[in-house]
Amino acid sequence: MTQTPKTSRRRLLKSAGAGALLAASPLIGRFASAQSSAPIKIGFQQHSTGIGAAYGRWYGRTTDAAVKMINDAGGINGRPVEIIAEDDGTDPKRGAEVVEKFSNQHGCDVAFGTLFSHVVIGSAPAAGEQKIPYFVVSEGHHVASGALNRYTLQPGITDVKSQVQAMAPYVSENLGKKVTMIFPDFAFGHDHRDFFTAAIEAQGGEVLEHIAVPPAETSFTKYFPKIPRETEVLYHVMVGPAVLTFVKELGEFFGPSSPAIFGFIDSLEAVDLASPGLEFLEGTYFWEGNPRYAQADQTEYDQAFRAAVGVDDNGASVSDPSDVSTYAHMFGCWETLNIIKAGMEASDYQSAADRQKLIEAVEAMTEMPESMQHPQGPKLFNGKTHQVFGVQYISRVENGRLVKVHTTSIEDTLYPDEVDYTTQSF
Amino acid sequence: MLAILEGAVGASVLALTALGLSLVFGVMRVVNVAHGEFFMLGAVVAWFVSTSIAGHPAIGFLAALAIAPLIAGAVAVLVDRLILKNVAYDPEATIVGTIGVLYILQQSALMIYGPEARPVEPPFSHRIALPWLEWGENGLAFFYPWGLSITSYKLFVIAAAISILLAFWLILSRTRLGLIMRATQMDRETALAFGIPVQRVYSIVFGLGAALAALAAVLIVPIQQAHYLMGHDPLLLSFIVVIIGGLGSVRGTIFAALLIGMSDGVISVFLSPTLSKILATLLVALVLVFRPQGLYGKKMA
Repeated sequence: MTQTPKTSRRRLLKSAGAGALLAASPLIGRFASAQSSAPIKIGFQQHSTGIGAAYGRWYGRTTDAAVKMINDAGGINGRPVEIIAEDDGTDPKRGAEVVEKFSNQHGCDVAFGTLFSHVVIGSAPAAGEQKIPYFVVSEGHHVASGALNRYTLQPGITDVKSQVQAMAPYVSENLGKKVTMIFPDFAFGHDHRDFFTAAIEAQGGEVLEHIAVPPAETSFTKYFPKIPRETEVLYHVMVGPAVLTFVKELGEFFGPSSPAIFGFIDSLEAVDLASPGLEFLEGTYFWEGNPRYAQADQTEYDQAFRAAVGVDDNGASVSDPSDVSTYAHMFGCWETLNIIKAGMEASDYQSAADRQKLIEAVEAMTEMPESMQHPQGPKLFNGKTHQVFGVQYISRVENGRLVKVHTTSIEDTLYPDEVDYTTQSF
Repeated sequence: MLAILEGAVGASVLALTALGLSLVFGVMRVVNVAHGEFFMLGAVVAWFVSTSIAGHPAIGFLAALAIAPLIAGAVAVLVDRLILKNVAYDPEATIVGTIGVLYILQQSALMIYGPEARPVEPPFSHRIALPWLEWGENGLAFFYPWGLSITSYKLFVIAAAISILLAFWLILSRTRLGLIMRATQMDRETALAFGIPVQRVYSIVFGLGAALAALAAVLIVPIQQAHYLMGHDPLLLSFIVVIIGGLGSVRGTIFAALLIGMSDGVISVFLSPTLSKILATLLVALVLVFRPQGLYGKKMA
């Protein structure tokens, strides 16, 4: 309370100098990347801490493995790829700052890697302002819904709307028509609520009750008495650090007398299926973006992908079997990086000045066959909506393992365009 | 029934945590913003202990029950000696100081323990289910599981919390230590004049407060999971409880914990969980307006 800050001439000069340096730094970055041998810098917005930490860890490992593969094969346009990872704390505000930092401070060519939908929605405007291509790996429908901008693309992972739409026929034919949904109370959960409800009604079924759970909730039993008695199928999707508690309490609540249960594997990503209390999941069904356990008909690509990332046949780390991966999502990082490579090569990307050419090159992409670049399966990219479509998997828990029982077609996941980003100016 | 039992589990853990906060404030006049982090510390230590001890989960759990409060208490004593003492227990400085401690503990947990949520296996857990009875068209009908379903471990948490609270009350009202603590609470200067080592009492109280939070965390961690950000909610709820109950009043704290915990359970089951949070906050506002000293608090001179 005794000192008041005084602005001396020296201090003023100092801060002016610092400001000038800061302002100059993107220029330095631009010069550096203009030289043909300089690395291509990809800013990786990583959920290292906060509620998305388990995803962030595995997105990081997958990214490293993909970059190694790309660099071993000669990099992009003869230049090595360098990943600049920044923690966003799974926080939208911090996410936007990270994107700005990539553009202004690190001189990144593109930004990439975000998963949680609220962070994507918070960061995308910053990407638009900075005019930096922003490749998200998020599953959210916000890209294809037209809510974002031309700089934001999702070419490596399918969105919730197409996923749930492809699940509804299987659920109504095999499990039941009266569904109760439990989902997290934010954008991602609302996508599930809106699109699955519509999709199951199109199949002649109905949703009896929507139970929204606040994302920071830690105890769940109090929500379960709201599940109507005549429920035939319980549809659950949950995210965050408390997912194991959620599934365990679900088991404690129902015991042996539960309805059919269909869940999105998000409820158990990075969680060992053999955890105590999860025995009741035997015989229940899960959506999987990519089967966690190596299947009988495993492709050579999946095998090589597992080996490159360091994942064993049970979907856990080869060095620590209790460190279970986020296998249903992390392939998206691998595929997205390969698309960035393909896009940069198609547009002969040299420097940040070519960013618009890169986006146009990616928008021009359509079919992506199953390959080492796309180990999850074949995909179809829609340049207008900036969203990719692909096959989805349904697995059943058998003897504590997830066994694939159904594979949808890409056609099952398609829906009419809601936006045409290509008509927007850069 | 389910609502009441769920509420009781929450209330009993909350009572322990809030009691620690209330004790520290009552005796030391220190608002411990880092209290939730001692809760987190207890849970994290419980995970370390229970995973490093092989054998039946009960052994690891019992060890955690003993070790976690000790470690949390020791850290708290250290904090008291290194930080609180040096700012002379000035109310404003201690708030800022404990905010610092909050971040130090949280980020150290992040660095050492990592960002994952990890489960601790309960020592025992049996599912107890009673059916919901309803007089229907075909006479008496049973409905599983919409009646009551709970695990034996949750019942144990309630029982354990009650016994700890009783033990604590006995210490405070029947032993010499309790007498000294109450004396310090009433009048620090006079206590000092009567030869009570106030500095040591402060350390003990601060350690005890943290240990109570850690104990509550060890009890809850087999139901929830240990996570480095888990201290936030208990801190908030503890403050709500302590404000409603009256800062420094043991009776008020326990009563308010029951009120908040039970209403949270009952309202969330029958209405919505958000509503119960709104009501709790509303209650705090009402108490602050109409009875600033809390329901059981004494008016300060």
